[in-house]
Amino acid sequence: MLLCGFLVIANRNPVASALFLVLLFVFMAGLFVLLEAFFIAAIQVLVYAGAVMVLFLFVIMLLDIKASERRKLNTVGIVGGVVVALAFVWELRIVLGPAVKPLTSGSAELHGGLEQVVKPFFEQYMLPFEVTALLLLVAMIGVVLLSKRDVK
Amino acid sequence: MITLNHYLFVSGLLFALGIAGVIIRRNALVIYMALEMNLNAANLALIAFSKFNKIVDGQILVFFVIAIAAAEVAVGLAIIVALYRRKQSVSVDELKTMRL
Repeated sequence: MLLCGFLVIANRNPVASALFLVLLFVFMAGLFVLLEAFFIAAIQVLVYAGAVMVLFLFVIMLLDIKASERRKLNTVGIVGGVVVALAFVWELRIVLGPAVKPLTSGSAELHGGLEQVVKPFFEQYMLPFEVTALLLLVAMIGVVLLSKRDVK
Repeated sequence: MITLNHYLFVSGLLFALGIAGVIIRRNALVIYMALEMNLNAANLALIAFSKFNKIVDGQILVFFVIAIAAAEVAVGLAIIVALYRRKQSVSVDELKTMRL
């Protein structure tokens, strides 16, 4: 999976990059299944691997982008990126050196099925749920406005 | 036995890869893909915590993250398309000024 992630950022061709990202999302869904989050795994495949990546590929094809030709590599960018990533991994080692102990306060049975995940949306998380719906509407209107040829 | 630490480590590595991608690449579309990788790394950490703490709230937060990521991708891609119409390029190098 991490190899896929590396290939996403290392590939010159955006289409191949996008396809590796699809593979990454599918692997991620597999990890979610291993973590017994079945509903989220299904959502992951449907929304990410399905909708979002189709959108990405659609835009790539629409814009007809050539694979970035081998021009001057921006050494500053590469060195900076690698340094930041290595610093992050170093920090990770420090933080995760002592094993992180999970709290043991939760309910004993958690299976991540549909009922258990969805029920709080209609009880405890009603307001955020509605706000998310509003946000999606606003995003949709914004996209339509942005895509119009000339807004006067 | 795979513990919480293993999942967190994978999540952190994926996040580091995403950051490196955002900084290194200059194609705006690929930068967006790397951002998606970052969001997914965060999702993995949330779900791992949710599993090992036996609380369902983490998965609910992941649901919101996915919904908002979808909205964000739609808006971002629309912006990139508008930009391409104006500049005929998606390289962030071409964007020297905020004016279109």
